[in-house]
Amino acid sequence: MNVPPAVEAIDLVKHFDGTKAVDGVSFVVPQGSVLGLLGPNGAGKTTLVRMLTTLSVPTSGTGRVAGFDILEQPNEVRRSLGLTGQAATVDEILTGRENLKLIGSLYGLPKRYIAEATERLFARFDLVDAADRMAKTYSGGMRRRLDLAVSLLATPPILFLDEPTTGLDPQSRSGLWEVLRELVTEGTTLVLTTQYLEEADHLADEIVVVDKGRVIAAGTPTQLKDRAGQASVVVTLTHAADLDQAAELMRAHSPEVHVELGSRRLTGQAGGLGDMTRIASVFETSGIELDDLGLARPSLDDVFLHLTGHRAESEPRAGADNGPTTEGATP
Amino acid sequence: MTTVRTTPPALAERPPIHPPTLVRASMTIVWRNLLHIRRMPEMLLDVTVQSVMFVLLFAYVFGGAIAVEGSNYREFLLPGIMVQTMVFSSAIVAMGLTSDLQKGFVDRFKSLPVPRPAVLVGRSISSLIHSSIGIAVMGVTGLLIGWRVRNGVVDGVLGFLLLLLFGFAVIWLGIWVGSLMRTVEAVQGFMFTVMFPLTFVANTFAPTESMPSWLRAVAEWNPVSAVTQACRELWGNGPAAGPDAAWPLQHPIVSSIGWSIILAALFAPLAVSAFRRRSRD
Repeated sequence: MNVPPAVEAIDLVKHFDGTKAVDGVSFVVPQGSVLGLLGPNGAGKTTLVRMLTTLSVPTSGTGRVAGFDILEQPNEVRRSLGLTGQAATVDEILTGRENLKLIGSLYGLPKRYIAEATERLFARFDLVDAADRMAKTYSGGMRRRLDLAVSLLATPPILFLDEPTTGLDPQSRSGLWEVLRELVTEGTTLVLTTQYLEEADHLADEIVVVDKGRVIAAGTPTQLKDRAGQASVVVTLTHAADLDQAAELMRAHSPEVHVELGSRRLTGQAGGLGDMTRIASVFETSGIELDDLGLARPSLDDVFLHLTGHRAESEPRAGADNGPTTEGATP
Repeated sequence: MTTVRTTPPALAERPPIHPPTLVRASMTIVWRNLLHIRRMPEMLLDVTVQSVMFVLLFAYVFGGAIAVEGSNYREFLLPGIMVQTMVFSSAIVAMGLTSDLQKGFVDRFKSLPVPRPAVLVGRSISSLIHSSIGIAVMGVTGLLIGWRVRNGVVDGVLGFLLLLLFGFAVIWLGIWVGSLMRTVEAVQGFMFTVMFPLTFVANTFAPTESMPSWLRAVAEWNPVSAVTQACRELWGNGPAAGPDAAWPLQHPIVSSIGWSIILAALFAPLAVSAFRRRSRD
């Protein structure tokens, strides 16, 4: 029996005053998996998320969330998803607890459930002490966690996260990653946008690379790295004296070998894991002592450069407006 | 479908979701907006301190210089200034809406299974409550300086109902402007530019008889004048309009209701379509 995909984008297009923010994007997200939408500022990631979460109406194309059509059954779609927007959309004037009460009563959840879920979520997100403080006193990381708690109140099976860690310090970022991984373990499907290559590599099962409103590549992080060029075997020797002999041995399996004297490191092209194990067994029988042997794949940054001809911005523009419609075109 | 995991881990059980009706959702929004006022009472400065200041400035600084036939100026002033406060609720609703749009609250709201008009209805009701607080503060100020409702309870209440009706009508103008503008500052600038001539070129602060005839015509056909005249007559705060006044002032109650309907009929469709358009992006 096939499980219907959690999210499907079907040839989505969005124009803003003649600008094509999204220009025919399709992808499928299986249930329980994580899709990373990776692309620079203005690639159309936010617009995609806004269309799939029924905030924005596509110019053409459609999508399905939990099997429901975003145009035909928007209310069913809204029941099935949680959304954490780019600018944490918590109400600053309300306390953390009131924020959950507000959203809970808009979902029509029973009061008792809201109270229980609030305790549970605040304990989980380490917000217990801040529960009765106005959200404007929260740090950036706390706001994101509150935003996430609000999004999870009705236990949605599918969670959309628009640049969940933009603007967070590294510690808050890895804390949030941990929470997201836990959610996936529990069976939640995640669709997240990011400009951080590292983040997509870390969290996503599948990555869709978007640039200028189009999909320019898709696949697992490994597949994408393979596309950007060959992997290489990197061998570090224990004794520099063995370098010549080792290079000779490697050349039998990998025509081009690069030798770095100072670091006693040899780098050769490799087709994949098979080549690496072959080279490893050669060294095993040769008796040359090794400090390290491993396979190095190109980073996603290399992938991006390869695909687009320009580097992905790894930091948001200084002073960029994080309003909900800055992605794509300003309407 | 070959890559689909056939057995996703079991999800935690979902709580029962009973999407609220328009009324319940609007009430939730009102609760939230009133909580904002309670947390930031300074939001009320516009309708409290500012209005009291206006009452006192006009009553004591200009009052002596403005002659009103058949009434004293403070009595004459209060209905006018109350209508002005009511008109300002359109600025209040516009600023609130723009801020909700700007800060992503409307987006969050739209991602929920909730009737979408609730955000507008809730905003309108809380803005009317906001203005009504101002009316109450002004009423007390008025009572202290000699203003009275002289024509009995029924007429008195009718006057306040007309005020609310007119407030409801101008709120659509606010929703329209709020949906079109991008920042609270822009809304503020625009609304006050519109509000001041609208509320001053009228019979709010001075009788229209002494105005140049073209201006007098504009002032007397200004909806603000009709509502002001209606309240004055209902509360016994001023004489009926003279025979040479424009038709709306001769029939102030009917024209107040009429103007309210016309304004709502004009601005409500514009407001809803602007909000929808804004919401589609």
